[in-house]
Amino acid sequence: MTTPLAAPSDPTVGADLRFLEEVSAATAGVSRLEMCIQCGTCGGSCPVAADMDHTPRMLFAMIRAGMRDEALRSNTPWICVSCYHCVVRCPQEVHIADVMYTIKSMAIRAKLYQDSVAPDFSQTFVDMVENYGRSFEFGLATRHYLKHFPLRIPGAASMGAGMLSKKRMTVKPKRIAGMAQLDAILARAKALELTS
Amino acid sequence: MSGYLLYPGCSLDTGARAYDESLHAIAGPLGLELTEIDDWNCCGATEYLGINLIPAYALIGRNLALAARQANGSRTVVAPCSACYLNLAKADHYMRERPILGERVNEALAAGDLQYEPGSLEIRHLLDVIINDVGLDEIKARVKRPLSGLRVAPYLGCMVPRPDYEHRWSDHEHPIELDRLLDALGAEVIDFPLKTHCCGGHMTQIGPETAYELIRRLLHAADQFKADVIATVCPMCQLNLDAYQGATNRHFGTSYEIPIVFFTQLIGLALGLDADAAGFGREMVSARHALGRVGVKPPPPTDAEARRRPKKDRLSLPMPQMPGGEGGEP
Repeated sequence: MTTPLAAPSDPTVGADLRFLEEVSAATAGVSRLEMCIQCGTCGGSCPVAADMDHTPRMLFAMIRAGMRDEALRSNTPWICVSCYHCVVRCPQEVHIADVMYTIKSMAIRAKLYQDSVAPDFSQTFVDMVENYGRSFEFGLATRHYLKHFPLRIPGAASMGAGMLSKKRMTVKPKRIAGMAQLDAILARAKALELTS
Repeated sequence: MSGYLLYPGCSLDTGARAYDESLHAIAGPLGLELTEIDDWNCCGATEYLGINLIPAYALIGRNLALAARQANGSRTVVAPCSACYLNLAKADHYMRERPILGERVNEALAAGDLQYEPGSLEIRHLLDVIINDVGLDEIKARVKRPLSGLRVAPYLGCMVPRPDYEHRWSDHEHPIELDRLLDALGAEVIDFPLKTHCCGGHMTQIGPETAYELIRRLLHAADQFKADVIATVCPMCQLNLDAYQGATNRHFGTSYEIPIVFFTQLIGLALGLDADAAGFGREMVSARHALGRVGVKPPPPTDAEARRRPKKDRLSLPMPQMPGGEGGEP
């Protein structure tokens, strides 16, 4: 369901007109976000647009309009499934999926996301990787379900038991040998910015 | 046949063990020399990129740097997992497209005495290597047990044909390469219209209803085409469609029962491997009917399966059912 945009009486009040530039600069490749012509091919190609607050096209219009808080509060990047349908169809070749990642990381920094399920899941996944160097599904699922879906634990536990019996899950994490090296790399990476 | 550096990815050790087993079982016969990258780490999946950009790319960069250091004659990295493949390919691509990213990643890697020259490796998905390097003629010549009569839905998912930085596939949305491979195995390949649609990715963990709808669409389409199995090239797609098929059925009141197998498992069967060697028996939705169609003995059930009430036989004649009821066992 899409939410209509609020229309302030003076649209420039509170608008951050450098926001587009900031989002584009913080995206991995050359985002081409400035090239968006608002054609709506992205939203029309999106398999999960129905669950988004704003279609990608609307989100990009909000970014251009400097509606920083509204854009960072939108659930849109958290619903995005990274299927890249919009990316290959966009006539302006905007790196849409990567812009979604940028908006997510900005929303986390500004603590503006509405629902903590998705950011917590990503953070828990990353915690496992930073601890072991590998993903650890059992630990991830346990922590995630306890925190966010306690009522789903019985169902998840039965599926987990099936996965364990078929040796598709292990209760012990695997740790890489070069953990100290990975720690050092990530520690330095965290001190770096793409734009500075 | 040349050698490859293998980046297995975390799931091949756990959720996608069947992929790992079948890959290693067919690698020899297909002449693929795979050398695992020493001490590789997780690629960060679709999670780290949305948290913190430079660490996310540095995490991927360590794998690229290790692979480049280990490269001896071969500079091709092969990844069987679509998400791993895309992350490695994406890092390599964007480090070239935006040199500042390459500089930052290398500044981080230097803290671990590593460095990576973007573009120095070739990052490829396993499906691409099997189709284009081994080749369909070679595979056809090695088929000992044609998969005749097995209706297969070729399912690529998203991250192999898209964004496809190196233009390796015939189309972003309806590529035909996997169809042709399955055809070479003798299978009856359906023209699966959703072959590159999304399985939901991590949404099964975050917004299950969003994911169930995507899973339902795929199962529904495969069912409409009377597919015996869906063949996947990605651990995440396999996990979502297989392990969450029951939850999807409960959510929508449907009763799909379509086994989801890796394309390497089907290659294994066609090469004459038995079900166990090709990694069968690990799927949550049993593939025993599909195996029966090509005359392969299914692996023995696990203890938990043996205790369960037997399921209705899909191949039996329709029996009268009570209105609104399940019908039950005769």
